[in-house]
Amino acid sequence: MDIAQFFTSADLFGIAPEIILTITALSVLTLEMFHVFRSKIILMVAALGLLLASSVVINTISDERILFGGMLILSRYSAFFDSLYIFIGLITLIFSHGYMEKRGGRTRGEYPALIIFAVIGMMLMTRANDLVIVFLGLELLSLSLYVLVGFLRHDDLSNESGLKYLLLGAFATGFFLFGAALTYGATGTTNYSGIILAITNDTILSSIYLSMGIGLLLIGFAFKVALAPFHMWSPDVYQGAPTTVTGFLCTAPKAAGFGALIILFNRAFVEIHYQWQDIFWILAALTMTVGNISALVQSNVKRMLAFSSVSHAGFLVIGVLVLDETSISAVLFYLVVYSVINLGAFAIVSSVEKEKEGLMFEDYRGLAAKHPWLSAAMTIFMISLAGFPPTAGFVAKYGLLSAAVAKGYIGLVVIGVLNTLISIYYYLRLVVNMYMQKEQRTILSSYGMVSTGLISIMAILMIVLGIIPGYLLEIAAKAAIFTF
Amino acid sequence: MEDIIINNLDYPVLTVSTFLPMAGALIILFLKRGPFIKWFALATTVATFIISLPIYKYFDKTTYKMQFAEIYSWIPTWNINYKVGVDGISVLFIILVTILSILCVSVSWKAIKEKTKEFYISLLIMETAMIGIFVSLNMFLFYLFWELTLIPMFLLIGVWGGPQRIYAALKFVLFMLAGSVLMLVGIIVLYYAGGKTFDILELSKVNYPVGTQLWLFLAFFAAFAVKMPMFPIHTWLPDAHTEAPTAGSVILAGILLKMGAYGFLRFSFPMFPHAVNVLFIPLLILSVTAIIYGAYVTLMQKDMKRLIAYSSVSHMGFVTLGLFTLNQNGIEGGILQMINHGVITGALFLCVGMIYERTHSRMIEDYGGLSKTVPIFIVFFSIFTLAAIGLPGMNAFVGEFLIISGAFKANMIIAAFSILGVVLGACYMVWLYYRVALNEINTTTQSSLVDLDLREIATLAPLVLLVLMIGLQPNILLSYMHVSVEHLVEQLHNSIILEDINAYDTVSSIAEYIKALFKWV
Repeated sequence: MDIAQFFTSADLFGIAPEIILTITALSVLTLEMFHVFRSKIILMVAALGLLLASSVVINTISDERILFGGMLILSRYSAFFDSLYIFIGLITLIFSHGYMEKRGGRTRGEYPALIIFAVIGMMLMTRANDLVIVFLGLELLSLSLYVLVGFLRHDDLSNESGLKYLLLGAFATGFFLFGAALTYGATGTTNYSGIILAITNDTILSSIYLSMGIGLLLIGFAFKVALAPFHMWSPDVYQGAPTTVTGFLCTAPKAAGFGALIILFNRAFVEIHYQWQDIFWILAALTMTVGNISALVQSNVKRMLAFSSVSHAGFLVIGVLVLDETSISAVLFYLVVYSVINLGAFAIVSSVEKEKEGLMFEDYRGLAAKHPWLSAAMTIFMISLAGFPPTAGFVAKYGLLSAAVAKGYIGLVVIGVLNTLISIYYYLRLVVNMYMQKEQRTILSSYGMVSTGLISIMAILMIVLGIIPGYLLEIAAKAAIFTF
Repeated sequence: MEDIIINNLDYPVLTVSTFLPMAGALIILFLKRGPFIKWFALATTVATFIISLPIYKYFDKTTYKMQFAEIYSWIPTWNINYKVGVDGISVLFIILVTILSILCVSVSWKAIKEKTKEFYISLLIMETAMIGIFVSLNMFLFYLFWELTLIPMFLLIGVWGGPQRIYAALKFVLFMLAGSVLMLVGIIVLYYAGGKTFDILELSKVNYPVGTQLWLFLAFFAAFAVKMPMFPIHTWLPDAHTEAPTAGSVILAGILLKMGAYGFLRFSFPMFPHAVNVLFIPLLILSVTAIIYGAYVTLMQKDMKRLIAYSSVSHMGFVTLGLFTLNQNGIEGGILQMINHGVITGALFLCVGMIYERTHSRMIEDYGGLSKTVPIFIVFFSIFTLAAIGLPGMNAFVGEFLIISGAFKANMIIAAFSILGVVLGACYMVWLYYRVALNEINTTTQSSLVDLDLREIATLAPLVLLVLMIGLQPNILLSYMHVSVEHLVEQLHNSIILEDINAYDTVSSIAEYIKALFKWV
């Protein structure tokens, strides 16, 4: 049997980034076997692999390439997400250096390897044009995350959250798989192009199966990106996971989830959008409101950020609901901005925390006096999350709201802006603690030069993107074309 | 292109005066902590003032067109331009901002001892945002500056304020944001209703359907009314003004409150003339309520700063009264009164700040007989008190006169009620003056009272000059705004009513109902 009948060299060339990353991950694991290597070198090898993969991604940007007989589609859209995942992975690795030691673990070879595997999984999710591939990517991502969340083996909370995530995640995966099976049963294919063809030609076996399939797939996604009422896992998992992992967890998988959700609905189910539009409307309103109101009463910064990320996911659902070129490009812009902010914020949280302390709002009292740059950066991140101009958070929020108003969802937009109003209170609470409260005790154990520099750059980037967003908006707009 | 005059000076005067303070703030960010910072902040504010002066020299008073305009492409994806310019309505506010900013730096010279670097950075960013609001001709840019004022002001109140500062700061931000998020929705809706543009002048030319006008008017009204503040959403004002440091109170009273009124003139009047014509009677009633209610509440205040803060509610009531008379006199008086209120209330906050610095008490009962202990201070305090009362020859008299004469043209009964506000205004100011300056010498604070030094006299003197100059020769200011206001009134009264059947049924019937309800007034 000739293997060439299954794929060509062009197919292999198309997944070169994945191949590079897999080799990197394996070699990082191998390095760990020879105990001579220090954690710094392991991190460096991993970072090099990520950089190499990203340069391949960026240099092979093309309009649209169909690989493996329609299983994968490479486009500007997938390249946008690939670069985002690699960027998030890289930043997470840099911030992780030193953090694990502080928490009583070691940055072993598994850690960067798992992050790289997660990146590969996410890349598959947004390149996929087939439910099977999405499932493959989702599982690779989830399995890596289950381990990463429970990475601190001697920490009870970390173990608890790892188990919680595994159990609930497996449940959600079941939903996703069942949804995919029902969709297959209804349309006879798992390929997006095949599904839309079956819907337009009206060769569906049972429209009830299809609706149920869509619903179950949506539940699977809603769990992964933490939409209310499927968000219950997120605060506990976010709190228990090592903070650098939390930063990764609340940015990359969310981006991948929304990236895959958008192409799935836009390519496969767009013809029957009237069926699921109302569901998205309710999901958006509910998620924003539940996330924000829960965040109001938190006293732990990590939990506050967890609920805030829930409410941001609700905002992103507005983009999925509208689902036209402007809204998709707004979602892409939003994801980039949101990722940078959360990575930065969690990096600051990780440098303030110590063992199990330093995670409360009160622990930030007087931070401004001792570490003015770090506090200024945190303030920028917080007002950016709240969507104040002239930060990038405002441009991102504006883009989504504007796209929604254009399609006439004014009611949802009003709910959205009122949620912004609620959110400002808990974001500013952190600023109040840093700047306005009397100094109590500031725990700040690690304060590395590299991470401080990186945090400052990210904060400045948020201001710059808020004032001149044109370049990134154009990239996002070009990428958004390829979701159709 | 026919309604703007491109800047013909050697340099982009509006852009430079807007962003010079911001540049100063950026430089301060990298300076070492020390006394040099305040000198640098002073130099920046003075330089901004000097650079903005050519605007007044070369301003063409014979046209309502936007002058010194600059247009650059900014975010082409969303059709957003950087567009600035001034007309007769906005031009005077720039000088108010630049003068008050200098005084704010000067009055904080000794009062701010901690975190001076952060203080002056916040102050300078405020100045950029405030000038930016008055020169923006693009809605997106306007909103950007509008929101940019919030965080620095939040920090000014929350970090350097009084005992209740955190409560006041959060209350301030939440109130402001509640209004401005609704305005954001309004702006986005307007963007699509007006043909996908943010250009304020283009949007002013569009005839919107009646229903759209009413909804948009209400969305913008939310932001402007909170900022003004109009009765009954004024409750943030006394807290914020009282707890803020002196410089913060001066900025709040002097400029931030004017932003709302300016918003009415720049957006609501030209863009939603029909909505304004429908709703102006209820708005006039709200204004008079604010005037009288504000004055009564002012009468019973025991805290000097709070007293002046509440008097702002009453005074801003006069401003809205003037604007919503919708005639030339009323609107001109309203604009003039905004400037006057900025000068007088700014000055009164400076005065209170100066003695608070010495005695650390704002309570009226802790003072008495200051005319004997600190005579120079009392000279200034008397002048500003008389100005606030509206003594002929002082600036507020001209403003109030114009407003009330405009109000009599608009609605006799409402105007008659507004006179009550003038009387009450005299009551609370004279009573305050009596308790503080005359009366018996209060020994609790006497020992720590020292008379004003040269820096403080130099801080107050320019405001005395302004009070007298506007009072005796109001035409200097009125001549700037005359043509622009004329144009605005024309826009208001010549609006063509475009009926949009669907929206008209629901919204406009409510409006008609409101109109009928208020017919008896």
